[in-house]
Amino acid sequence: MARLLLLSLLVVLAFQARGQEDPALERRVTALAHELRCLVCQNQTIADSNAALAQDLRNQIREQLKAGKSERDVIDFMVARYGDFVLYRPPFKATTVALWAGPFVLLALGVWLLVRRVRKREPPPELTEAERRRAAQLLE
Amino acid sequence: MRFWLVIAGFLALVGLLAVGLRLDPREVPSPLIGKPAPAFELPLLQQPDKMFSEKDMLGTVWVLNVWASWCPPCLVEHPVVSELARSGIAPVVGLNYKDAREDALPWLKRNGDPFKVIAFDAAGRIAIDYGVYGVPETYVIDRKGIIRYKRVGPLTPEITQKKLRPLIEELAKGG
Repeated sequence: MARLLLLSLLVVLAFQARGQEDPALERRVTALAHELRCLVCQNQTIADSNAALAQDLRNQIREQLKAGKSERDVIDFMVARYGDFVLYRPPFKATTVALWAGPFVLLALGVWLLVRRVRKREPPPELTEAERRRAAQLLE
Repeated sequence: MRFWLVIAGFLALVGLLAVGLRLDPREVPSPLIGKPAPAFELPLLQQPDKMFSEKDMLGTVWVLNVWASWCPPCLVEHPVVSELARSGIAPVVGLNYKDAREDALPWLKRNGDPFKVIAFDAAGRIAIDYGVYGVPETYVIDRKGIIRYKRVGPLTPEITQKKLRPLIEELAKGG
């Protein structure tokens, strides 16, 4: 019985290993899958997602890389179908300027307002001799 | 003066958030609008020995509806799709997505078959070319085979009335 179990385990492992016959290819597939958004479960990459579509897209990446396509080609393939949204890191272009530059613009605005305010602040009034004496008296 | 500035700033922020929260993050703008419908040739769901290609529809304004028997929202939109097909405004072609014939055929028998033809995309490979990510999805394709509209998620009577019908009528009129 134990021997049978061991044998079936080996068979299962062998079948699993068959899907990953080329570790270099698998690494490229995984790296690329981490760059692409799963559109079904939007805050996951297709590497992390178990949605059926994510699996299909991983297979698609594998097939294309195997066929000799470059990473760039695969990304272009995905963007042509799903738009820039499929990129986990949005590209810098006209429509995304606000997204990338917005936080820095807000920061600069904040710094500018702060500097202006601090500069405008009046220096504390100088005390007269009488006031100084009175203050000293109170502190004693 | 200062007080009103603060109030105005606060209201502006509320407005921004109100708009932002209402936007549907699932509505991903499709890069396929204005592009030719991706070419394909698939067997028919009901007649596996016959093939359907998007080229068969050249010269007609038509609707492509991606559905599956395992997809509950597809069942929800089915009456709307059926109504659209029945109105005869444009032929509705089905694309059966990652389904099995033994599930899809009984589903049609139960719920009615409004489709002109149904292409059978068991592997979901053609759907990837169409950028499908959440069934049901619906496309309007013009006479020249250009995708003019895409809806992700179930069709509603409202969308059909306000968007699909006017668009189809306009496309049918113009060259």
